[in-house]
Amino acid sequence: MRILALLAGLALAIPAFAADVGQVKTAHGAVHIERGGQKLAVTPGMNVQQSDTIVTGADGAVGVTFSDNSLLSAGPNTVLAIDRYAFDSTTHDGLFDASVRKGTLAVVSGNIVKQTPGAMRIHTPASIMGVRGTEFVVRVNDAGR
Amino acid sequence: MGAAILAAIFAGFVFFGRESPRAYDETVIILPPPPGKSIGGVVVMRGTEEHLLNTAYASSRIGGTGDVHVVQSNPSEVHASFSDVIAALPPRPAKFTLYFVTGKDVLTPESEIELQAVLAEMKKRPSPDVLVIGHTDTQGGLETNDALSLQRAERVKTFLVDIGIPPGRITVAGRGERELLIPTGPNVDEPRNRRVEINVR
Repeated sequence: MRILALLAGLALAIPAFAADVGQVKTAHGAVHIERGGQKLAVTPGMNVQQSDTIVTGADGAVGVTFSDNSLLSAGPNTVLAIDRYAFDSTTHDGLFDASVRKGTLAVVSGNIVKQTPGAMRIHTPASIMGVRGTEFVVRVNDAGR
Repeated sequence: MGAAILAAIFAGFVFFGRESPRAYDETVIILPPPPGKSIGGVVVMRGTEEHLLNTAYASSRIGGTGDVHVVQSNPSEVHASFSDVIAALPPRPAKFTLYFVTGKDVLTPESEIELQAVLAEMKKRPSPDVLVIGHTDTQGGLETNDALSLQRAERVKTFLVDIGIPPGRITVAGRGERELLIPTGPNVDEPRNRRVEINVR
């Protein structure tokens, strides 16, 4: 009986945990999120989830604040995937993996990195950036493909 | 005829043979930190290579088949190539600290004023949300303090709802005694550590 209650609790807890990890605060021009095979138009206030891919057009730009106070923005012609995100608001333990396939990205690291330097990683086609706590920008040109 | 076909196959072979190694073109630039903050840095890893960038405008470039070069960038390059993406960054979280009257369930008069400042800050932002984080001092056990800090945050959430902030815009967290404003040893009564922090984002 106790195990059943525990399982029920877990079943409730997991979707809540996997759900919203950040919120769109700025959006200009053509921006959409690919989520579970769907293309969703992006407006400020929209929630961002793990496994979302954020895509901007030639005139597009978007900024997201994550639950750990990490700030990420994508410039025009960018494909940015939120691969993995977890954050415990009590202990500040967590991890953050995101990938830039092409385009530009600006990052202000947050509490995940403050608690565990290196726990945020930005992946590009050629490299992985381990973030120890800083503000930085990334550009990936895919014209050379 | 046969020679032409062979030449075409050969050309195709060369073409596809050239295409397989990708030509990379990637840039990373460290931005100067805000006043009073240090740069923890970024480690750029490619295979077994690691390059630590931990000064303002330190930059790595990956070109061609993947060689990493560390160079010094400058404000004009950042402005020319990244001003649109930097402009899209959300505003930094604004932080407020509230205190209860010792032993009571009400805020101090100064903190009542801070509550109004929270409301004013929200009005300045696009699509704001509020994070309410409770803290304790080091009296009592870790688990007790986790619960107590969360209770404090929940209590402040009710104050925010009372002044008109939608509950759906408010998230609460309890940090217990993990983030002391005034560092102390264990079991120290320190009123300045018994506080609630608000982040408007």
